[in-house]
Amino acid sequence: MTAIVLKKGRVIDPSQHLDTERTVIIRDGRISGIYPPGDEPPVEEDVLEFNVDGLVVCPGFIDLHVHLRDPGEEWKEDIASGTLAAARGGFTTVVAMPNTIPPNDTPQVTAYIVRRAREVGHVRVVPAGRIVRADGTALSPFGEMVEAGACAFTDDGSWTSDAQLMERAMEYAKAFGVPLLSHPEEPALSCGGQINEGQMSLLLGLKGIPSQAEEVAVFRDIKLAELTGGHLHLQHISTKGSVELVKLAKEKGMKNITCEVTPHHFSLTEEAVEGFNTSAKVKPPLRTEDDRQALLLGLRDGTIDCIATDHAPHSELEKKREFNEAAFGISGLETALPLSLNLVRNGHISLSRLVELLSVNPARIISSRGGTLKPGAPADVTVFDPDLEWEVTPEALASRGKNTPFLGKKLRGRVVITIVEGRIVHSVLKV
Amino acid sequence: MSFPERGLIGIRALRREDIELILRTARSMKDISKRDVKKVPALRGKTVANLFFEPSTRTRTSFELAAKRLSADVVNFSPSGSSMAKGELMLDTVKNILAMNVDALVIRAKPEGACEFISQHVDVPVINAGDGMHEHPTQALLDALTMEEQFGTLDGLKVLIVGDILHSRVARSNIYLLKNFDIEIRVCGPPTLIPRGIESMGVKVFYHLQEALEGVNVIMMLRIQMERMQGGHFPSIHEYSKFWGLTAEILDRHAPPDAVVMHPGPLNRGVEITPDVADGARSVILYQVENGVAVRMAVLYLVVGGGR
Ligand SMILES: [Zn+2]
Repeated sequence: MTAIVLKKGRVIDPSQHLDTERTVIIRDGRISGIYPPGDEPPVEEDVLEFNVDGLVVCPGFIDLHVHLRDPGEEWKEDIASGTLAAARGGFTTVVAMPNTIPPNDTPQVTAYIVRRAREVGHVRVVPAGRIVRADGTALSPFGEMVEAGACAFTDDGSWTSDAQLMERAMEYAKAFGVPLLSHPEEPALSCGGQINEGQMSLLLGLKGIPSQAEEVAVFRDIKLAELTGGHLHLQHISTKGSVELVKLAKEKGMKNITCEVTPHHFSLTEEAVEGFNTSAKVKPPLRTEDDRQALLLGLRDGTIDCIATDHAPHSELEKKREFNEAAFGISGLETALPLSLNLVRNGHISLSRLVELLSVNPARIISSRGGTLKPGAPADVTVFDPDLEWEVTPEALASRGKNTPFLGKKLRGRVVITIVEGRIVHSVLKV
Repeated sequence: MSFPERGLIGIRALRREDIELILRTARSMKDISKRDVKKVPALRGKTVANLFFEPSTRTRTSFELAAKRLSADVVNFSPSGSSMAKGELMLDTVKNILAMNVDALVIRAKPEGACEFISQHVDVPVINAGDGMHEHPTQALLDALTMEEQFGTLDGLKVLIVGDILHSRVARSNIYLLKNFDIEIRVCGPPTLIPRGIESMGVKVFYHLQEALEGVNVIMMLRIQMERMQGGHFPSIHEYSKFWGLTAEILDRHAPPDAVVMHPGPLNRGVEITPDVADGARSVILYQVENGVAVRMAVLYLVVGGGR
């Protein structure tokens, strides 16, 4: 196998406290070594050498929240197009949500996703299975699904509102060492809601979803995690109150609680839906500036563990229609890096913290072997130019889902090379 | 492009001078409606399509009459629920109608933002005849015309809106309109039917009708929808009318003697308003109906071409 040399990049790897100019050498799908420029050992075999001077080299990004829509809704996205979008966005591993058709509540569907990803995928896909079987009130077979390749369980798209089942799920999941990913939304408070309850719902007459619909769910889940000691990962938290609840739990020493935030929630507010803009229709809804500031603070102070895109591709069929009829969701894999870099540019976090949020921490949450450039680790590597400006156009996106409120906007920061287990899956750089 | 080129999607986008222009035009249209021959050739040769995706005989008739008095041709299209199953069909229907070369669309539809959505995809002006809980601009304009007729001016008035503010496009459009003038706006109803944070729109909130009536000039009663009971918004019609229904007794005791009573219709007699109030001396409900035609004539005239 050809070796890859990434020469003289700014290597940022928080897993080994590294942020300095280094050359990374990759052999046989693994990180072979990291060397100060000039000190590199000679490479005997065939070699692809990239001069990455001025670029950032870091462990590949890991997205804990992706809707690949495969099986069942391939007109929106499939494993091939979704993982190509992931590769373009610098993600080397994505966690596939189970709300497919059929839903992923059996080892057969899990195995299909794993096999299909091996055949046509561009990056590593690890499926998340459903917590509660779609056809009833029993748990999915966690054990068999973990054997088939599942890394977590979630009822994403809706909340596991039966507290007893969730309590059992948290207990049972401990046997297999997998986290439960919760989409916190009390449906009794959010039902029929279209956007955040607040200024925009007043102005447009659209039914609102109050912050409290999320927060009561966050609170219950934290209490169940306290009761069971199971690993609870809260998905896409969007409100100031949720950040406060997680912070409080962590201050009490609960190590079994983690959470994620999406780039659209820390970048935009409810005002993005002005003019009934369906590309900004998403669950949880875009909130207020006050909430956004709380998310920024949480990203900075460690309350928030990672950035996940909640990549939710839809076609025009679902989005180009009246607001109430339009689907919830934003296509996010390819804009995550530039939006996250805005956090660095605006002084909220360091580049090293950014890599923690996009790679090191999500790896830890699903016990992935990625998230590090330590010698011997799988060579999942992302190289990006933090300043390269590009315009978000339908053609620029590999995802079938062009449903993003950033369409037509110029963003700064672009992935130039993505390497998965020593294979170059995306590159705009010449050797 | 905004009013009148794009049509009339909502009051929110209008400036005070737009509103005054429409009201001024409406006043001159009223004269036409009082003539022996109630017709002027202003829109001769133009075609207006009334698309009512949600049934409303009253508003549709008012728009139809308005267009005919301006000599426009009118096509009415009221698809039944079954033939209009889903959302993208609405746009298809609109495009079908447009292929017949119509000059303006008057649209009533259930989803909020439907008129905005359609106007983004067609190149003729769209007039919103009510979209869900969003806006009902011509209703607010006819209400303003009625208030102005009663009191000579809008500035300085105190206007009270009573009932289901939460689900009401009439309330929302009225608030947007009245905010352009020096008007104290009050809303009153059960707290479950008043949107949280509505104070930020510049209105005062009351839960007790008697209190809310003190010193007002205009009392606008909204229709209460029986379905709201199922949602737990109030326990019974009986209790609703006891606390928020307008009776002659409450009106006489708590409102100033010159206050007028309005209602956008259709009325639930005995629920939000008793018959003696609806038909009483202070009721201007039938003037509202009359002014509806005049306001819609004005809007059509300004939007469809004659006014430019
Ligand atoms: Zn979700």
